[in-house]
Amino acid sequence: MNEEDIVLFGPPKKIKEIRFALLSPEEIRRMSVTTVVYADTYDDEGYPIMGGLMDPKLGVIDPGLKCRTCGLKFGECQGHFGNIELSRPVIHVGYAKEVYDVLKATCKDCSRLLLPEDRIFQYKEKLREEGVRGSIRENIISDILNEAAKKKGVLKDNKCPHCGSEQLKIKFEKPTSYKEGDKKLTASDIRERFENITDDDAYLVGWNPETARPEWCILTVLPVAPVTVRPSITLESGIRSEDDLTHKLVDIIRINQRLRENLDAGAPQLIVEDLWELLQYHVTTYFDNEVSGVPPARHRSGRVLKTLTQRLKGKEGRFRNNLSGKRVDFSARTVISPDPNISINEVGVPEFVAMELTLPERATIRNIERLRSLVRKGAFTYPGANYIIRPDGKRKRVTDITSDILAEELEMGYVVERHLQDGDIVLFNRQPSLHRLSIMAHEVRVMPYKTFRLNLCVCPPYNADFDGDEMNLHVPQTEESQAEARILMRVQEQIISPRFGEPVIGGSQDYLSGAYLLTKKGRMFDKNQLAQMLYVSEIDCETPEPAEIVDGVPYWTGKQIFSLLLPNDLNIEYKSKVCQKCDRCSIDDNKECKFDAYVVIENGVLKSGIIDGATFKARSTCKLLDKLVKDYGTDAGRKFLDSVTKLILWSNCIIGFSTGIDDEDIPKEGLNLIEKVLKDGKDKVNKLIDLYREGYLEPLPGRSVEETLESRIMQTLAESRDKAGSIAERYMGMDREAVVMARTGAKGNMLDLTQMSASLGQMSVRGNRLHRGYFKRSLSSFGEDDVSAEARGFVSSSYKKGLNPKEFFFHAMGGREGLVDTAVRTAQSGYMQRRLMNALQDMSVRYDGTVRTNDDIIVQFKYGEDGIDPAKSTYGKAVDIDWIIHKVLKSGKGA
Amino acid sequence: MSKIDITKHELVPQHIVLSPEEEILFLEKYNITRNNLPLIKSSDPIIKAIEERDNISLKGKIIKIIRYNSPAGEGVYYRYVID
Ligand SMILES: [Mg+2]
Ligand SMILES: [Zn+2]
Ligand SMILES: [Zn+2]
Ligand SMILES: [Zn+2]
Repeated sequence: MNEEDIVLFGPPKKIKEIRFALLSPEEIRRMSVTTVVYADTYDDEGYPIMGGLMDPKLGVIDPGLKCRTCGLKFGECQGHFGNIELSRPVIHVGYAKEVYDVLKATCKDCSRLLLPEDRIFQYKEKLREEGVRGSIRENIISDILNEAAKKKGVLKDNKCPHCGSEQLKIKFEKPTSYKEGDKKLTASDIRERFENITDDDAYLVGWNPETARPEWCILTVLPVAPVTVRPSITLESGIRSEDDLTHKLVDIIRINQRLRENLDAGAPQLIVEDLWELLQYHVTTYFDNEVSGVPPARHRSGRVLKTLTQRLKGKEGRFRNNLSGKRVDFSARTVISPDPNISINEVGVPEFVAMELTLPERATIRNIERLRSLVRKGAFTYPGANYIIRPDGKRKRVTDITSDILAEELEMGYVVERHLQDGDIVLFNRQPSLHRLSIMAHEVRVMPYKTFRLNLCVCPPYNADFDGDEMNLHVPQTEESQAEARILMRVQEQIISPRFGEPVIGGSQDYLSGAYLLTKKGRMFDKNQLAQMLYVSEIDCETPEPAEIVDGVPYWTGKQIFSLLLPNDLNIEYKSKVCQKCDRCSIDDNKECKFDAYVVIENGVLKSGIIDGATFKARSTCKLLDKLVKDYGTDAGRKFLDSVTKLILWSNCIIGFSTGIDDEDIPKEGLNLIEKVLKDGKDKVNKLIDLYREGYLEPLPGRSVEETLESRIMQTLAESRDKAGSIAERYMGMDREAVVMARTGAKGNMLDLTQMSASLGQMSVRGNRLHRGYFKRSLSSFGEDDVSAEARGFVSSSYKKGLNPKEFFFHAMGGREGLVDTAVRTAQSGYMQRRLMNALQDMSVRYDGTVRTNDDIIVQFKYGEDGIDPAKSTYGKAVDIDWIIHKVLKSGKGA
Repeated sequence: MSKIDITKHELVPQHIVLSPEEEILFLEKYNITRNNLPLIKSSDPIIKAIEERDNISLKGKIIKIIRYNSPAGEGVYYRYVID
């Protein structure tokens, strides 16, 4: 708040509490500055009519004019309410349900709560003792309402316990009419009854009589919203166009007027009733134009009017569009593209963007010369500055003409809004922002061209790819927010996910297969290659001893080079992804695995084992990256990722990597074997079907014979496909790049490969074999009730061999389910996410370890029941006991 | 069929009724009143079972619940009995 504001609005105030209440008629009149009696807005000369809907007392909407009530200018005056005196009371639609509840619970003659005195006393006590928490109170009140409402509509025991009058059943006809027995209750009748309800009774049916009396739900006077809420707009043609609310208020005043005239003239009951109903309609649609059972009010053009409720409700409403989320300055959005050469902490920002987004920097003794040179450069050369702000708050735009003058004017205490520069901290975001990691802080790297650039390792938390994805960037403007972003939100601080305690930032795809090729046994590099790799991956070290010298030429292994990235005191052992579960891969009998799958790192040296997904793959159990971050800090984790990705990028360039359809080749005898296995499976299925037809099939416990047959068939076919798959796998060794990708976790899995080379297997919809489509069959080319493998969607062909038309159709059926599922899932999970966030957003962990809501109700006595932060734990536990035991045993052996 | 005592069932966590002294200590420890606590209805089967077993009314009491299958090995929770 600046001084000017303080003069205008008084000193800042702190909100202690917010209370929701009803406006009483007196209050509406008290806050009204004028009673609106004319339905017109402007006179022929274009001046607002006094006592009309645009009365100048209601506020200013024209620049240059002053408010007739408060004297303030346009933009300063917030507007003032007026009022309309209704000729007859009407029900407020928003409270129609509450009116019904109270009607049912109170006597038609004496307005007392329809409960005997002793029950009233009991409930009063109950409310007194449990009056604190909302949910309990609500339960008790709904009990009271139900119990009291029972008096109405029952034949026996339908007498008021207080005056003994007989109670009739009340019917609610949506949206705003009520019937007692056969007689329609008018709003006046209801209001009269409610006026007689005692404060104590009102309290028992859920009303606080001090702030909301039931009869205030029936309007006798209507507040007229200030004109600032419903400004009229002047079109280019000079024609004034009024706001929808104004149109609605015009209708209300017109009908109100006519009703008044008819009442005064003593018009027949029928006419009065009709007009009254019309008034009710207009007031109802003024509040809500989407009430079911009421035709929506329309504009002359036929457009449905947007009234009060429509302004607030839904995605485009005031809450979701203007309060929960709003448009902001200092933000940018463009397409993203990858850049493996920048750090995970960085984001590449186009120069165009950097010149538009600015950061305010205050001139001090230390930076004034630098800022001067920026201002001198002007707004259109990078790096420059766009504005300077004088200590008195006056802003001056830097242009080519003024730049030199402004640079000279610059003094201590001036603020310069300079272009974004390398190293500035910005927030980077990709929708849908489903978790904390969807917005992270990056350091700016200003670059040419027009896309945001990001390191590939940070794609997983954003779930980003480069098929046209766009991302948003925000520039925090104060030093405090910049420091906060840097400390809490920087990418390297988010490597470990708070959700499952494992890295979400890490290598993927070619980085993993590349790591395998780099650290594979027998991989050697000469001195040139070594020098290149060390240079690109920014490793600063002495040249290590060569592993081998052949013909006088020194060579280094890939493992040696990889070791250079590790801290010298790092010790860790784990199985890599390529492990085939051979029996030598154990913690005690190690180093001899024939797949070289047991990773041993001693004092920062990779002694054995292959580096792959188990080392640094994002979103998976990757032991090394996990340990680096947790034991050596986030800086070490970031450095490792930055270096290892660059190293592998380079080694990939040296080694080369390509995959082709021959990676799925299987020799003739293998194909014959697969064919035989599949045929055997189908034969077995046919035998099962014969057995079933002859009635010899034994049902499984709890299943019918048909179900048994179905499950046995599925089981048999699954077995034979698996067998076919494992035959194919026999021929697919690590010399095939496709296999390297599958085994290292880079892309795909062995199932995908065997589907390409051996057989696709069973297609399914909702977990069942395909059976729908035609009457008693899946396709017209099969007989009715044919349950054989082929007729129910079993695909024996492989992708490589190709599918026959029937198989192709079945495959499309199964594929369609997948697409539908994803579409439905995202919609449903999105809605669930919204509701969960709204329910949980105000909870916090307190200093005593409890999780509480904002009104201090305990949700958990210890966060997560164990008080452990997953991001700081080792695999969900506070300590890694297995590793400690291993270390102790090992050191014991050594001693 | 005889009635099963659910308080003894292995899948039902242990429910202990706090004594008045324990209640005071407990509320003091967390600096709260009963109204800050999670709730359990007196119509809840476990509450009915305990009331039947001990022949007492639990309304307004605080129940300590010990769960042995929690991530911490033993998770302690408290609930306030309402009706
Ligand atoms: Mg995409
Ligand atoms: Zn004003
Ligand atoms: Zn009565
Ligand atoms: Zn092994």
